[in-house]
Amino acid sequence: MNLSAEDFQAIALTLQLASVTTVLLLLLATPVAWWLAHTRSVWRAPVASLVALPLVLPPTVLGFYLLVALGPNGPIGQFTQWAGWGTLAFSFWGLVLGSVVYSLPFAVQPLVNAFEAMGPRPMEVAATLRASPWDAFFTVAVPLAKPGFVMAAMLSFAHTVGEFGVVLMIGGNIPDKTRVVSTQIYGHVEAMAYSQAHGLAGVMLVFSFVVLLGLSWFNRRSTRHPNTRHQKADA
Amino acid sequence: MKLRLMLAFASTLFGVAAQADEVTVAVAANFTAPMQKIAKAFEQDTGHKAQVAFGATGKFYAQIKNGAPFAVLLAADDETPARLEKEGLAVASTRFTYATGRLALWSKQANLVDDKGDVLHSNRLEKLGILKIAIADPKLAPYGVAAMQVMHKLGVLPVVTPKLVYGESIGQTYQFVSTENAQLGFVALSQISIDGRITQGSAWVVPQSMHTPLKQDVVLLNAGKHNAAAHALLKYLQGDNAKTIITRYGYAL
Repeated sequence: MNLSAEDFQAIALTLQLASVTTVLLLLLATPVAWWLAHTRSVWRAPVASLVALPLVLPPTVLGFYLLVALGPNGPIGQFTQWAGWGTLAFSFWGLVLGSVVYSLPFAVQPLVNAFEAMGPRPMEVAATLRASPWDAFFTVAVPLAKPGFVMAAMLSFAHTVGEFGVVLMIGGNIPDKTRVVSTQIYGHVEAMAYSQAHGLAGVMLVFSFVVLLGLSWFNRRSTRHPNTRHQKADA
Repeated sequence: MKLRLMLAFASTLFGVAAQADEVTVAVAANFTAPMQKIAKAFEQDTGHKAQVAFGATGKFYAQIKNGAPFAVLLAADDETPARLEKEGLAVASTRFTYATGRLALWSKQANLVDDKGDVLHSNRLEKLGILKIAIADPKLAPYGVAAMQVMHKLGVLPVVTPKLVYGESIGQTYQFVSTENAQLGFVALSQISIDGRITQGSAWVVPQSMHTPLKQDVVLLNAGKHNAAAHALLKYLQGDNAKTIITRYGYAL
């Protein structure tokens, strides 16, 4: 396997992008998932559909909309310029934004499932013990929904690493700034440098397999866990 | 019953192929607009039908190498057809240049680009607040290589390089400039002009002497060796009707 310095740069950038995206996604997805798991509002279905859109939309559509929205005349571009950040296309934070949108359903869905499986009982019990809602959320809900958080984090991370179409469209393929593993592989293939493409593609394949393997082990372990079985019966 | 249906279906498929008046063509993305016109005219004039797929030349190369059933390749360069011929995937001595691409420095804004490319000099870039300049990735697209040569000739590479963003194809490069995420970019003249007129914004049509000619070659692939329509298309591309269309879209011959 012959990975070049540029390949390692792309790997480092990809890991950085996936890490930042995962942290932001957990922060963003938790309240959204909590709301989706508990609300009876008529807005539930529209919001749930909106969150799930990146699952079915082709990345070229997402990338195209983002490119237009991030541009100087797009709504996001107007806002970022007003805020003094310039435009975000072709920058690391532009990629972060794209990745957050692209991986959103992978963070929200496991959390919704976890919160729903928990049922209303634990929070009610906590309330009768005079725990404030925030206190109850962090000391009761979060530990109970831990498998959901782990799964959301792993899926968001892996999905961001595997992101291609969106990054290609809003990244501009700048070495060390927006050139991630997937676009680097694409470049190798397009440039007919197949042996280099093989090296990096192999890394990607092994990584993805290991993550999925880890997930499925984790799933089995957490469903065997007595705590979770109790919750299941409860729900 | 199912089997009989499948056989019937298969025989219609083979029936079409046996008539050999249809040709599957792989066409470089930058040649999309003129090729649509040419395919239509080709159908009208010869009765043959051209099924056209548009995409990146490098991707077509990979597909052809792995058995894609294209009969003709209209590439974005002259290297890929030569390489296919050398590797025995194309029919020998069927290659020729069907069009020569023209490079243009383009901005969506009117009056931003002058007719010498002076806009690329550092004082102008700064004054105009230009942060991003799009070019096609020189590793992937001949238009990117040409753009680098031009900037080198102008002596602006050191100032411009930190501002460069790379499109994976000339199509994506156009997108970057068209959405104004990049204020300037080197695109194909064919993307921004019709009948010698720039359709929007401002542009500098780069003199061909400033870069290696953007020769786009066509080649007959092995799959088209015995296909009458494929041979007819190659001939048609050299005819006056096709040439008129090709020049209208801003290509040299």
